Amino acid sequence: MITKRIIPCLDVKNGRVVKGVNFLGVADVSSPIDLAKHYSDSGADELVFYDITASSEGRALFTDILREVAKRIFIPLTVGGGINTVEDFDRVLKCGADKVSVNSGAIKNPELIREAAQLYGNQCVVISVDIKRVNGVFTVFSKGGRENTGMEAISWIKRCVELGAGEVVVNSIDTDGVKGGFDLELLRLVCDAVNVPVIASGGAGCVDDFVTLFKQIPTIDAGLAASVFHFGEIEIKDLKKSLWENGISVRI
Amino acid sequence: MIAVIDYGVGNLFSLTSSLEAIGAEVCVTSDPEKIRQADRIILPGVGAFADAAEKLRSSGLDAVIKEEVALGKPIFGICLGMQLLFEKSYEYGEHSGLGLLRGSVIGMEGTVAQGLKIPQIGWNSLSFAKEHPLLKYTREGDFVYFVHSYYATGCEDSLLTFTDYGAKITASVVRGNVAGAQFHPEKSGEVGLGILRAFCEWEGK
Repeated sequence: MITKRIIPCLDVKNGRVVKGVNFLGVADVSSPIDLAKHYSDSGADELVFYDITASSEGRALFTDILREVAKRIFIPLTVGGGINTVEDFDRVLKCGADKVSVNSGAIKNPELIREAAQLYGNQCVVISVDIKRVNGVFTVFSKGGRENTGMEAISWIKRCVELGAGEVVVNSIDTDGVKGGFDLELLRLVCDAVNVPVIASGGAGCVDDFVTLFKQIPTIDAGLAASVFHFGEIEIKDLKKSLWENGISVRI
Repeated sequence: MIAVIDYGVGNLFSLTSSLEAIGAEVCVTSDPEKIRQADRIILPGVGAFADAAEKLRSSGLDAVIKEEVALGKPIFGICLGMQLLFEKSYEYGEHSGLGLLRGSVIGMEGTVAQGLKIPQIGWNSLSFAKEHPLLKYTREGDFVYFVHSYYATGCEDSLLTFTDYGAKITASVVRGNVAGAQFHPEKSGEVGLGILRAFCEWEGK
């Protein structure tokens, strides 16, 4: 059977990973290459690189780094951050990305999804959505969760999939950073609404949160997290062992 | 020297990087002469079958590939590149492939169990249909990375490994000097590098 995926996300600014603690055997935890290697060796199924650079110099540094990572690490790489045009897709795909994650860029111009899917295939286009409850309605936020778009989340996600998005990352702003577990209510709604892979993000605080996620929502495909992995609070090896012991299919 | 055929479909950065990582000499090319000079051929590919098949035909590379295969040169197709080795595909109509392997390519829609997502995206395990030098570094149950909505059927004579996705899905094939994988060895970690290494060492027999 196909396995559930565990995906660490690395925020990169000016070519360096923004946060992280010292891992045993990793010389430089701010080096995207060293950290990516560590995660890959630990059993990460995929890596997400999120470019939070604003300047064009930073962008060039990011693609240099991406190329170096893709030369050494042979698992799927997804790239996000600042993707607004098909030229942005082209830029990161040429440097070794397998999938490209769009968020605000698709909100500004939904046709970007269709164009990119036609050029590179649906499997290449990941729609990432930041969602927060507003008066009981799941609402899409843009610009890193700062701006309320007023759009209802489930219908937006369905529209993105119709336009050609091949995978959905659901970031719950309500559970993000709280470390109280994933947003199961929201994730269940998304999984029921679309038939493409859904990746849960926001809220993982411990190993049990992943076990609960995959047990409670069997149709979820992957769990994504950043700080719990970077701060060493969860070791991917231990996490996968625990999932395996709980009867959840994982790659070990 | 391995010729990775460049016919304008897909991104070859990861593939060439993975081949270089195992010490192979790689040449990404659409030049028939370079393909003829190479020891072995890799046919990559992502996207739509009809479009890719047409690109191979209009560039004349289909004939070059068939000639080289007839001379015994080992070839390995990856993902859509593997599908192109077969007689035909039913992806949006009916389209001819290179016909180097018996069988056809069909959609998962309606053939895999209900409730499974299409495409299959992710890591799935390999079961062996037979022993072969291409599997010298692979163990049964090893995981590899798949991204696809179509798969080869009617290829019992070439079936090498398969995976379970609500149906028995062809994962890799070999017959004579013609081989291929539905999954992406260049994205399948050490297991994938092992498969590429085995191909580089294989004489096509």
